[in-house]
Amino acid sequence: MRVPLSWLAEYVDLAPGSTTDDVHAALVKVGLEEEDVHTFDVTGPVVVGEVLEFTEEPQKNGKTIRWCQVRVAPDGELAADGGPAVHGIVCGAGNFFVGDKVVVTLPGAVLPGPFPITPRKTYGHVSDGMIASTRELGLGDEHDGILRLSTLGVDAPVGTDAIALLGLDDAAVEINVTPDRGYAFSIRGVAREYAHATGATFRDPALRPELDTPIGDGYSVAIDDASPIRGRQGASVFATRIVRGVDASLPTPPWMMSRLKLAGIRSISLLVDITNYVMLELGQPIHGYDLDALAGGIVVRRAVPTETLETLDGQKRTLDREDLLITDGSGAIGIAGVMGGARTEMGDSTRNVLIEAANFDPVSIARTARRHKLPSEASKRFERGVDPSIAVAAASRVAELMVSLAGGEADAVAGVVGEPTAPQAVSFPDGYVSTLIGVDYTDEEIRGSLQEIGATIEDTDGGLLVTPPTWRPDLTDKSDLAEEVARIVGYDRIPSVLPVAPAGRGLSRSQRIRRTVADTLAAAGSTEILAFPFLGATENNVYGSADSEEVAAIKVANALDATSPYLRTTLIPGLIEAAKRNLSRGLTDLSLFEVGLVFRPEAGRKYGQVDLPSGVTLPTDDQLAELNAGIPPQPRHVGVLILGNAVSKQPGQQVVPSGIADALAAVTQIGLATGATIDVVQGSHKAFHPGRTAELRVGDRAVGFAGELLPQLALDSDLPRVVAVVELDLDAVIASTDAVFTAGVIGTLPAATQDLSLVVSVDAPAAAVGAAVREGAGELLESIRLVDDYRGSGLEDGTKSLTFALRFRAPDRTLTAAEATEAKLAGSALAAERFGAAIRD
Amino acid sequence: MGHCSTSVDLGTVSDSPEISETTVNAAVEAALEAIAAAADSSALKQVRTEHTGESSPLAKLNGMLRSVAPDQKAPLGKLVGQARGRVNGAFAAREQEIVEAENAAQLAAEAVDVTAIASRYRAGARHPLTLLQDRVSEIFTGMGWEIAEGPEVESEWFNFDALNFDADHPARAMQDTFFIDPPESHLVLRTHTSPVQVRSLLDRELPVYVLAPGRVYRTDEFDATHLPVFMQFEGLAVDKGLTMAHLKGTLDHFVKSIFGDEAKIRLRPSYFPFTEPSAELDFWHPTFKHGPRWIEWGGCGMVNPNVLRAAGIDPDVYSGFAFGMGIERGLMLRNDVQDMREMVEGDVRFSQQFGMVV
Repeated sequence: MRVPLSWLAEYVDLAPGSTTDDVHAALVKVGLEEEDVHTFDVTGPVVVGEVLEFTEEPQKNGKTIRWCQVRVAPDGELAADGGPAVHGIVCGAGNFFVGDKVVVTLPGAVLPGPFPITPRKTYGHVSDGMIASTRELGLGDEHDGILRLSTLGVDAPVGTDAIALLGLDDAAVEINVTPDRGYAFSIRGVAREYAHATGATFRDPALRPELDTPIGDGYSVAIDDASPIRGRQGASVFATRIVRGVDASLPTPPWMMSRLKLAGIRSISLLVDITNYVMLELGQPIHGYDLDALAGGIVVRRAVPTETLETLDGQKRTLDREDLLITDGSGAIGIAGVMGGARTEMGDSTRNVLIEAANFDPVSIARTARRHKLPSEASKRFERGVDPSIAVAAASRVAELMVSLAGGEADAVAGVVGEPTAPQAVSFPDGYVSTLIGVDYTDEEIRGSLQEIGATIEDTDGGLLVTPPTWRPDLTDKSDLAEEVARIVGYDRIPSVLPVAPAGRGLSRSQRIRRTVADTLAAAGSTEILAFPFLGATENNVYGSADSEEVAAIKVANALDATSPYLRTTLIPGLIEAAKRNLSRGLTDLSLFEVGLVFRPEAGRKYGQVDLPSGVTLPTDDQLAELNAGIPPQPRHVGVLILGNAVSKQPGQQVVPSGIADALAAVTQIGLATGATIDVVQGSHKAFHPGRTAELRVGDRAVGFAGELLPQLALDSDLPRVVAVVELDLDAVIASTDAVFTAGVIGTLPAATQDLSLVVSVDAPAAAVGAAVREGAGELLESIRLVDDYRGSGLEDGTKSLTFALRFRAPDRTLTAAEATEAKLAGSALAAERFGAAIRD
Repeated sequence: MGHCSTSVDLGTVSDSPEISETTVNAAVEAALEAIAAAADSSALKQVRTEHTGESSPLAKLNGMLRSVAPDQKAPLGKLVGQARGRVNGAFAAREQEIVEAENAAQLAAEAVDVTAIASRYRAGARHPLTLLQDRVSEIFTGMGWEIAEGPEVESEWFNFDALNFDADHPARAMQDTFFIDPPESHLVLRTHTSPVQVRSLLDRELPVYVLAPGRVYRTDEFDATHLPVFMQFEGLAVDKGLTMAHLKGTLDHFVKSIFGDEAKIRLRPSYFPFTEPSAELDFWHPTFKHGPRWIEWGGCGMVNPNVLRAAGIDPDVYSGFAFGMGIERGLMLRNDVQDMREMVEGDVRFSQQFGMVV
């Protein structure tokens, strides 16, 4: 809401010399947050001038300019710029006559832009100022010619300050109005709030005695809502007033024009401007009909299926049966509270006007405005609640302005159908507000605050019965009243008291481990990223499944980027995207990781539910179970991507290119950080290098993959050929570990070390051969480590020689070489049994 | 070795050596000369073999002691013994000199330019947003609060209905919500971390003191001060006797913990469907980039009785407060990050400037 200060000052006493900053500071205290300041940005000397004479001078470029002599000060006086009383000015417009009063911006003036005015040589003359158009002054959009003051109905002596004359010295504060404070979408509401903040005197513009109008038989109106939404009638009050004999061609006066402009409303025509002006002043949306275009009485009803209406923006709209309509004998003439129809709108030829000031149901208007994507100044106010008690006053205010500015005559009576809904009284127990806020408010503070906001108070046993004012439909609970007391007295009165929570247990195990995983990967040289989780179908299908062509994914209905409407099922594409960005910025050796949720719906399963339980009360256990069952699985994954060199070229150091080894190192780090045993087995994934893919397992469960991307995929993504990646389900890894680790005994007796070389088929996985040795060697084998994988001369084709370094130790005695050898041979025997392994001499 | 008063004839040692002062001294002199000439430990080893080994002159002279007359055994034995002592002493001294010199030479040879050593370490980093999120969590766990979590694809019931956002509430339309397809599934990408409030109240025993940090989604355009995906943390305390003063005290403690003791807060009346009374949180710090001033950093208030009712809690027995702030904005204010886009682009230089500490 934008509030011109001159307008505000009509209804509340502004402190003398108040600036926009002062007004903002006052309003923010009561909860109207500062958004912006609006001004015309015109500074003087800008004066009223009179065109004394001009000569038309055709130019080579085809234009004709006028060389004008303009009187800008009374004879014998100096002009406001210190120059002569008559200035020579070049003007390109041709819409004025000798004797016209115009607005002259003299040298030294600055117009919005900023556009400083100086004497300048042009078309063979020195133009000593400029004759301004409405647009140049920032007052309107008119730029077909210069502004002739007579067209605004204004006359003033030559030399008069035009800035003040046109209201260009006014300024507006813009405030953010929260959804509960619909009344603050008006000068009336903001003036009241300013009074709350400063204690200044407030004069309610809706209670001006001039607006007190007798109610009589007005225009025929009927409210016939056959299907109220949520049991509420679409219209509770419908007030009308008729003004006859208006001259629709008269200009909007500059004071109104400048206030509308500052308030952000475009000036359209006098009659429309008046309806908008009253809406801004009182918060009551107004619709004006050309009375002569109406076909009989008005009926307010819901639309019937297939009914249509051409709204005044020229669009033909198909209506919904929930839409509330204003109709006459011809059918729909307006969508209630949202937009009027084209056929009955006020135009240049309108002579007689029917003014509508109605109160429509917020929910009905909100749904209709959203359905037709027609958020309007009117619907914005109705959605938040309009004071139902001011409809007649608002209609009369419109009539008052149409009579004084458009020369009409108002009917003596206003018509009203319906009754304003009376506010419900709220019980406000003694001590409640102090207990909730933590401030010992006095009785005077509590009563004073509630009275100040317009509530009426009744004493009851144990507390107050508070009836909120008609403009505060948001005050329905004692907590709402508590906020009013707290904010009127001031939030700065609330002390600071630190509550003592019961003893907590710190982070959960999973939270701690996740943090350790991120710290460990970072300490090992990887950099954490946070990617947006939006992907295209292709990225999910390529990377999100090891073997199937398509992967089930959740689609966002209103995605920002139409090419990425799905939620990620995998972290890899986000890592690839970040890698590409880094590469494009010249960073070529990368290790990136992300820990985050992926979204893994089961294929073919529907999630969510059509009918939600009420949010007013606790749902049943079954309802809650159903809600939770409708949430798709969202496991937390960890992903790592490594490319370029693991160790770069340095003095005495050859390059070590990154590859699957780095991916597996990251798996080791994750295993270390989680305390999980992550087994690495040969695997396959359609996005991975067929020979360089490790499947990761905890126990029997596959939890992810590590390896190198399929080289062609990497190249197609503008990455180097070798890109090492890891992705695993961190939740599953954490779930596989025990809450408390059980320590083993650390043997201190001497160890016996032996090497074992086994010849096996090249297909035998080293880890499986090693596991057989470990199992066969039994408990004496403390450690086994693969030290060599030899293929080539001396071995049969299709075989390889794996050499393991073995360390044996017994807990209770020093092992003899014979005992160690015996265990080693037992190990190799099992490897022989499983893999045909032969000891290599 | 001063004088020696023996009367034994000591001729040349070579052919038919006799133990005499002359032969012993000659052997000693030869040995000392050789020791002094030895340049390194291998030369010294050679000298040791030649001059003290079994076939060395001194060893032979020593062997001849067995055959001298008994009355000569003592003086000649002394003569030879002292000679061997001199030679061995010289060896030991020279050996020490050589070892020291060789050690020094080795150390000198091993000297390097410590600024030109190949690094086997790759610089990694946590993301400053997750670091700040961890830091915020620590401040609250330090007060006994626990960290609560919930799904990012959430039911509208948790995201809106249970939080007093009626289906037709204007605030519901103002939330710029990402809806999950099909819309009648009533699933959304959570627009705030507040649904975790409801889940915490349903899942936990009272009293509840939880902090819920996490990712949230709004259909905001992507620019220097807006992200469609960002991080919030939401605090919720529900207990008997909690007041707005407790909310203020908690926020006061929090901003001082994270921004320093000079930070202070201010509450301004505002509106949120799930709190009543509601407030905007402003905070003030002397070191803000453009001078000390109040900056808005989130919303808060007393939990709306309707929210407590939706979770089955009697608002006449329990009260609570809640607050929510954006972590990105916290990072901008605290660490002077100028452009939010840097936080999500994944440029490693952005995170690496923070390293492991925010």
